[in-house]
Formats: sequence, structure tokens, C-alpha cells
Amino acid sequence: MSDLKKIVIDDQEVEVAGAMTILQAAEVAGIEIPRFCYHERLTIAGNCRMCLVEVVGGPPKPAASCAMQVRDLRPGPEGQPPIVKTKSPMVKKAREGVMEFMLLNHPLDCPICDQGGECDLQDQAMAYGVDFSRSREAKRSVEDLDLGPLVSTTMTRCISCTRCVRFTSEIAGITVMGQTGRGEDAEIATYLNCTLDSNLQGNIIDLCPVGALTSKPYAFSARPWELKKTETIDVMDALGSNIRVDTKGREVMRIVPRNHDGINEEWISDKTRFIWDGLRSQRLDKPYVRVDGKLTPTTWAEAFAAIKIVSKGKKVAAIAGDLASTEAMYALKGMIDGNVECRVDGAYLPIGDRSGYVGTATIEDIDTAQAIMLIGTNPRLESPVLNARIRKAWLNGAKIGVVGEAADLTYEYFHLGDGREGLMKIADGSGLDEVGKNTVVIIGQGALAGKDGEAVLSQAKRFTIVTESKFMVLHTAAARVGGMDIGFSTEGGMINALDKAEVIYNLGADEMDIDAGPFVIYQGSHGDRGAHRADVILPAAAYTEESGIFVNTEGRPQMAQRAGFAPGDARENWAILRALSAELGTALPYNSLNELRAAMFKDFPHLAAIDEVPVNAWKAAAPKKLGSGSFTNAVTNFYQTNPIARASSVMAAMAQLAASQKPMAAE
Amino acid sequence: MVSRATPAGQWGAKTMTVTLKRVVNNFLLKDFITGFTLGMKYFFKPKYTINYPHEKGELSPRFRGEHALRRYPNGEERCIACKLCEAICPAQAITIDAEPREDGSRRTTRYDIDMTKCIYCGFCQEACPVDAIVEGPNFEYATETREELFYNKEKLLANGARWEAEIARNIELDAPYR
Repeated sequence: MSDLKKIVIDDQEVEVAGAMTILQAAEVAGIEIPRFCYHERLTIAGNCRMCLVEVVGGPPKPAASCAMQVRDLRPGPEGQPPIVKTKSPMVKKAREGVMEFMLLNHPLDCPICDQGGECDLQDQAMAYGVDFSRSREAKRSVEDLDLGPLVSTTMTRCISCTRCVRFTSEIAGITVMGQTGRGEDAEIATYLNCTLDSNLQGNIIDLCPVGALTSKPYAFSARPWELKKTETIDVMDALGSNIRVDTKGREVMRIVPRNHDGINEEWISDKTRFIWDGLRSQRLDKPYVRVDGKLTPTTWAEAFAAIKIVSKGKKVAAIAGDLASTEAMYALKGMIDGNVECRVDGAYLPIGDRSGYVGTATIEDIDTAQAIMLIGTNPRLESPVLNARIRKAWLNGAKIGVVGEAADLTYEYFHLGDGREGLMKIADGSGLDEVGKNTVVIIGQGALAGKDGEAVLSQAKRFTIVTESKFMVLHTAAARVGGMDIGFSTEGGMINALDKAEVIYNLGADEMDIDAGPFVIYQGSHGDRGAHRADVILPAAAYTEESGIFVNTEGRPQMAQRAGFAPGDARENWAILRALSAELGTALPYNSLNELRAAMFKDFPHLAAIDEVPVNAWKAAAPKKLGSGSFTNAVTNFYQTNPIARASSVMAAMAQLAASQKPMAAE
Repeated sequence: MVSRATPAGQWGAKTMTVTLKRVVNNFLLKDFITGFTLGMKYFFKPKYTINYPHEKGELSPRFRGEHALRRYPNGEERCIACKLCEAICPAQAITIDAEPREDGSRRTTRYDIDMTKCIYCGFCQEACPVDAIVEGPNFEYATETREELFYNKEKLLANGARWEAEIARNIELDAPYR
């Protein structure tokens, strides 16, 4: 940036962009300034006044460092850089005063507050406050809001930082929260007391610096200091959000986001955050074998024996579901001598063409795009965090075009048609005046799932070439890209893969029906659709219970870590396959997960580069003729997309709530 | 007693006096009477020992004995599951599980103290913001098995009910020094 300014903060000289605020400049210099209302991903409000600093030579009062730009500071008489003090007596006094005001009406109910132990106000009161109170007056009390089944409120604790208001209106794109009243009467309220209709609402729990907004499902169940924290990857959607799983004993107590600028920034969707109660119910904790039409509990040895007897000399096919780790699929592919397939939703993803099933755009490209074209996708349901990113681009001036079902995406867009006709109209670039150049094209699984998926993809690619834009396939399943990467696919898709198969090895595929006839071995974590159809059930670990690589929708391999252990007899996926392969005769050539990974990395070296997005060579596709009809989006019921979500009572409550509310109206 | 080892030539007036004194003392049973008087003195003095299970010594209000969970006078349990005692416990003897009660308030579903781990430091009592967990005046809870020393919430609340009067008195007595 051209506008670099020198500034001295606490005798430390730094050179920063003039547009930066003092608070940001202090961060560059490594000096911490306390704050409540300031958040780097939200607009600046400047209403908590905790970040007051002394500006030497400025007005004789402290300045709010979060709202004061460096370029607005006056240089010294001889052009010396402006001096800012954050440790002077004036600042100390100002902070103590602000803290006293904050605590004037803040209840001292830390012992019963879930924020206790990770509370900004607690920490900062310890660090910058005084140890006594001069107030003898009664504290105010505020009526609580009903924000739905996810966020519990204790508004008496609110310090009016308005982070929640800014998040919901800026990031989540719902304008239902606001602040009413002045001074002591200032209250956060929702419009007409309605609940939050957003699948990103859980983030306001993290944003709230005090305990006014806390997690309802997690209420009172644990303290932050007794939780074991594991940094891992989310599999609820294909975005691969970075999360931290907090466990107590062997149970997951909560899931919170981690910052990753390239993927989820620091937001996660409600499904990601509140899924954990699904990890406790409907679990498969011992092997089952179907005897006389009824699934009966058994031992591993007997289950393996049953598989051995049945599969001998038979035509075996394997399918992998949405939550399977790349390692498990790799092991399964190595074990099975037959067709394998991971595209359970029937979407057309070209085998071997990474530019076709992943695309060329990264998630960060959305930020800088001048236009974004959404084809057959509703990112608000398929990947809410990505949708927030698209909304951010829209706020920065990007134009959005949609071909497919119209829905409330929290931003305005040009609706260019419901389906194939709309795509045909723009594919040659004729709709460009409405959309513009420097485009990111995002195509959803709904558009590719039809019979003419190949044609849809080819036309979308044609549009991509014409507009010289970047291409992204938005997946709905965390396992899909990994599966395609290791070639867990059969030419012709699911129908060809299962053709004449007598034994089907089902690795956690619950989103499809398997016809009666073949013998089905189900390996998975939850008793869901796949397990009901199975003849043998092998209980496996869920995504928080084993380490595994997942490749996200932009093609970025990320490694999930084990946060706890699987219940009962359930084992890690790769270990089950390794043991079964030995039972069936030819043991897989690895004895540990590391050896498996080494073998996999040798075959597919790009998977070894964890957290790096490989550049995909563009492969042109000859435009094919489209069928007709509109696109149907891949996800309609956001809260029930996978077996873990279907086992979760919180998700069930949310799904019910979403169904009872009016369907999202078209723009 | 005359020392036979004493050389005969050293007999003098001083030696004679000492010898005479001894003889008189021996004749008048002085040692016996002194000892007997002392014995009698203590015999009639108030006793230092007490007749332990029937009599008990006085305890300081700060005595740290068996734990108890207290209730408010209206019967509501005091413990709010803040887990500060669990956090401070140096022996990690306390285990707490909590969840919202039906009325939405924060309560424990489980409050266990492993009395075999407890070192009776009293930190739990110090940490408690609502005076719920206290170390009461009871020290007579020896058991025959280890298992009986794994206290659960029920046992602790029963202790509280049993010792509430004494505990309340102790807290009141100690209040001026806190």
C-alpha cells in the first residue's frame, strides 16, 4: 500500500498503512489493547470504549484506538511520527473507569455463567480493572430473548458491544437483531421477538465477549478448563471447516471453530457446531449379523467369518458414503477386487479430471471476484460458511448470478433461469452484461445429478472459458473429493458399479437405497439407512474418533485428528479393513495408519501436501447437448444431511423448526 | 547412702552435713511424700485426658472434618455446579457433572468426593462462592471398606442436613475473620 505511515506506540516505531486503526497498528507492534466491541471481521462500532489510548499531542482526552485511523493522527511539530501510549497513567485510569462502568450493571454471576473461565470481561476485569466496587446501587435486570433452540440468552449480562447485531446483519445476512434504548435502557432485541433464522447463528455465541449469549445444548455441562481440546476438521459439509473438538472423558462436549483464512475464516455453521449430540446416540457399538432376517449382535470374529463365507468367489462392489476418510476409501479400494464408487448422489464428476470435479478456483478467490455465478446450487444450505463469503464479496460490490432454484441467499442476485434453459442462455456468454467478468463459477451437485450431468458440466465449463473465469464445484459431501482423488469411482457411475454385484461393501453410504438382492456389508458409525439394509454391520469410528484426511471442495487435503475413542467395540475404519483383508486371505500391505498413509501418498502425492491447494490443469470438455427442466438443489433439509445429523436431537429440533417456518421466499 | 569409694582422709564437715541430710530425708520418707503429693495433686486436678467416645474435645470453628453439602433454609441446595472446588482441589478428589434442572437453573447431577484422596486442605470450602461445600466438624466417619469413603451427592447432602446447625454456627463464629 502506498499510504504507509510511521507511528510510535509505547516507544516502539512501526510503519503501517494509514488506513489501519491504532488498535491494528498496535497489534502489528505486538502490543495488546483490550477490547470488547472491536472484532476484526466485523465493522467498527467503537461503543465499548475499552480500547482507549493516549494520543500525545492530540486532544487532551483518551481516544478509542479501534476507531482512530493512523492517518488521522497529527505528526509532531517537526514532522515526527505521532506518539501513542497504551501504558500511561491516563490510559490506566481510563480503562479502570470503563471497566467500572461495565461492571456497574453486570451481574456477578460468574459461578453459574457458562462463559466463566473463557470470558473476556472476566479476564480483562482481572487485568485492567480495580478490585473493588464503589457502586451501592441496585443493578439493572433485562428480560431474556428467545433466540431458538441453539442460543441461550441472559441479557442482564450484556455489555452492549453489539457484536451479535453486527454479525447477524453483516455476515449472516439476517436483519433481525438490533439495539433499542439509550444508556441504562440500552437492550439488544430481535425484531418482533422472532427467533434467528440463520444457519450461522451459533457464531454469535463465540462472538459474545460475556455470557449473554451461550450455547443452549452445551448449557452448564462443562467448564472450559476441564475440556481436552483437539484441533481437527469438520465433515458436515464439503468446505472442511477448521474446528476444535472439546472432549471431556470420551464424550464430545462441544465444537468450536478455528481460524483459517482460506476456508472458514472463523465461522462455522450450526450443523458443524451442534452436531455433537448426534455422536452419542444411534451408535453402532458392536458387530451385527443378520440371522433369519433379524440383525443380531455378534463378535468381530463371527462377523468376519460370515463375510468370508458369503463373499467367496462372488462379485464384490464397494461404495463409500459422505463421511468416509480418504484412508478408509484407499484401504477399501485396495481390499476389494471389483468396482468401487463414491458418487452416491449420482452427480456427474469426471473421473481423472480434477478441473472438472474440483475446479480451478480456491475459496479465497471468491473474495476478489467481481462476479459470482451459482449454477444449480443453494450455498446457504449446502455450505453456509461459503455463502457468508459470497455475501462478503457481494457487499464488496461483486455481482451474483443464479441459474437454478431461486432462494433467499441473504444477498441480491440476478436470477438467470431455473435450470438448463437458463444455463444454455448464458453458456455462450450472452448473459454477460448482467453478470460481468472476473467471475467465479460455482456449480452445485444438484446441477450435476441429472441424467445429463455431463452435458451440464460441459456447458458450465464452456461458460467458464468464455468469461475467462475460475471454476468451482461445490460438493455436499466431505468425502467426495478425496474419493475422486484416489479413484474410488467407476466409469458410468453407481449403476455400472453395482451392476451384477452379489456382495456390496458399504462404507458409510446412508444417502442412497440399495436394491434388494445383493448381500450388503455396512461399515459405519450410526444405525441409519445403510445399517438397516445391511446383512453384516461392522461398527466404525465417527469423524471425531479417528485421524483421517479429507479433501475439501476446493481440493485442499486436510487432516482430521482423533478427539476421543469410538464407543464399545467400534474400531477405526482403516483398522477394520486391514483386519478383514487378513481374514479374507490377502492382508493389506500396511500395519499402521502411518504405513497406510505412506502407501497412499506414494500413489497420490498431492494428498501429502496437507492444507495446500494443488493447481488443477484445465481440461476442456466438448459442449454437449443439455436436456430440459430446472435444477433441483442437492440439499433441501439442511439439518438432516447425514447419519450423525439425523441422530442428533438438536438437529431434529432445528429441522422441525425450519419446516414449520415458511419456506424461504424467492427474491 | 555413704559412698564407699570415698577416701577416708577426705571426711570433713561438709561431707558430714550432706550425709546427715540424707539420713534425715530417708527417715522422714521425703521422696515418697513428694511423689505421693504430686500424684495426689494430679489426682484431684481436672483431667487433661477425656473419656473419648463418651466425651469429646472442643473443636475450632475452622476445624476441617468431613465434607457436607449445605442447603438454603428454604431447602434449596446451595451448590450451583460452578466447579470451582473441582478446579482447585489439589488431590483431584472432587468430580462434578452438571446440567440444567427442569426449572432451568444450574445444578449438579453428580457431586462425588473421593474421601480417600482428600487431603483436607479446605480449598474447596474456600473456593465455594455460595458456602455449599464445607468441611464440617465431624471427624468420626471411619469405615470398614474403602468404597464407603467414595461420597456421592446424596451422602454429602445428608451430611449437610445432619450437621447444618454446627456448620452454620462455625461459619458465623469465623465470619469476623474473613
